[in-house]
Amino acid sequence: MSRANKTTSQKLTLSKKQNISGWFFLMPATFLIAIMSFIPMFRALLLSFKTGVGNNLKWAGIFNYQRLGQDTVFIQALKNNFIYLLIQVPIMLLLALVLASMLNNKHLRFKGLFRTAIFLPCATSLVSYAIIFRSLFAVDGLVNLILIRLGFLEVGYNFLAHPNSARMVIILALIWRWTGYNMVFYLAGLQNIEYSVYEAAMIDGASPFKTFFKITVPLLKPTILLTAIMSTNGTLQLFDESVNLTNGGPANATITMSHYIYNLSFKYVPNFGYAAAMSYLILILVAVLAFVQMKVGDKRD
Amino acid sequence: MIKIKRSFQYVVLTVVSFVSVFPLLWMVISATNTSLDVTRGAMLPGKALIENFQKLIGAQNVSQAMMNSFKYAILLTFASLCICSLAGYGFEIFHDKGKDVVMGVILLAMMVPFAATMIPLFQMFSKAGLLNTTAGFMLPTISTPFLIMLFRQSARSFPHDIIEAARIDGLNEFQIFYKMFFPTMRSTYAAAMTITFMNAWNNYLWPKVIMTDQKSITMPMLVANLTEGYVTDYGVLMLGVLLCTIPTIIIFFVLQKSFAEGITGAVK
Repeated sequence: MSRANKTTSQKLTLSKKQNISGWFFLMPATFLIAIMSFIPMFRALLLSFKTGVGNNLKWAGIFNYQRLGQDTVFIQALKNNFIYLLIQVPIMLLLALVLASMLNNKHLRFKGLFRTAIFLPCATSLVSYAIIFRSLFAVDGLVNLILIRLGFLEVGYNFLAHPNSARMVIILALIWRWTGYNMVFYLAGLQNIEYSVYEAAMIDGASPFKTFFKITVPLLKPTILLTAIMSTNGTLQLFDESVNLTNGGPANATITMSHYIYNLSFKYVPNFGYAAAMSYLILILVAVLAFVQMKVGDKRD
Repeated sequence: MIKIKRSFQYVVLTVVSFVSVFPLLWMVISATNTSLDVTRGAMLPGKALIENFQKLIGAQNVSQAMMNSFKYAILLTFASLCICSLAGYGFEIFHDKGKDVVMGVILLAMMVPFAATMIPLFQMFSKAGLLNTTAGFMLPTISTPFLIMLFRQSARSFPHDIIEAARIDGLNEFQIFYKMFFPTMRSTYAAAMTITFMNAWNNYLWPKVIMTDQKSITMPMLVANLTEGYVTDYGVLMLGVLLCTIPTIIIFFVLQKSFAEGITGAVK
């Protein structure tokens, strides 16, 4: 009896010791996140209720938030982010899923080659691919050259000077850059599904279409949810593409929210308070959309 | 029927692969051609590589930007891997109620868009004299919820028996981490390294905010500067883009396999 007591008390001190050393493992990372994310986030909230030029700030209540509703550039930026989100993300995720389920086929040859090729765009920097696409779609770029040679156009079409075609180029570029990235997540997820499930479906005569929607999609649901949240988060924060592909133009028609916040803070006469209010709106949007996606993701269980 | 289905798959995958690779191929070809040849649709390697290179280093300080980018990215990757793997391991191996709450709060930081922290960070860093410094580049992204989660996920598959055995052998907690966990989790480290190095190398917004001195700029900033003139020299521009892309492509090919393995471990 006493012996048993002794060992439990020893165990207790031991687990206490481990508990404390555990905190040492977490400390550096936790402190850094607190100082580099949470404190600035709180300060941005305070800033968003102030107004003025540069560091010369006064309390202004909700003035900045009211101003957002009348700012046509901001409304355009918000619309653009949602256009990119609603068109690009579903196309990209569906394409990534289809490609992943094709590559998951055991009998497929050159699998590694295909996978590497499709994943390769992820290795280019955002600035680089934005500039490559900008050059490809320039008036004197390759796309126009091909369209002229094929007889579809007489002279080069300035894709980047018209709002809709400029947005289309951004969407195409985003799909090009990120499909392979999402595909890797799906391929990883598919490895956890027993291949015999697919073979059984094949023997039962299920069409590939049916197999895809009845087996692949439901079993990959957690991964799909993960990629959907990541893509939503990323799309709402688009910056590099807006700056380097179209420079927000023509006349702010393709500008994104992050790009506008940057311009307000560091390009024009700095208005940190107003920019902070705008950044808070992105924060709320990201949180709400992630919450909705998680709810929807749960429901289908 | 199956034959048709299968060849359809090959056609789709070939087309998608081609579309994926083509812009990069075009970048390489264009870097070796004069701007005029690029606009004429040159599809074969040209002879203007050296000429483009001379023009590029004449216009921009490429070696400085290259050095800066390597310095920032390597130091950030090293610091980030150390700190986040410690935390991920700690959150999983020593988990209790308190630590799980902390983890939940850290995950919330994932939702914080960079635009929301950028302005206060800029104010803090300019007061602390961190503009144009390596530390200024690194600090905001050393500790990321994503990496902590990746390492926590991989620590989940790390057998507890090994830890218990090591404790009996008299190893302290840090020694267990360093001598047992670290060597067995190579593929997770490789995945984390690939992701972190690429993000660090490719980061554009933050260096654009704090690197106000031309001497401190990164490769992506240099490449973006190239587009600012009135006339674009496509050959020079594509050479700049190529130089900015080579390091990440190399990392990609070297670590591709372990990257996929690491992600597989994390998605489970």
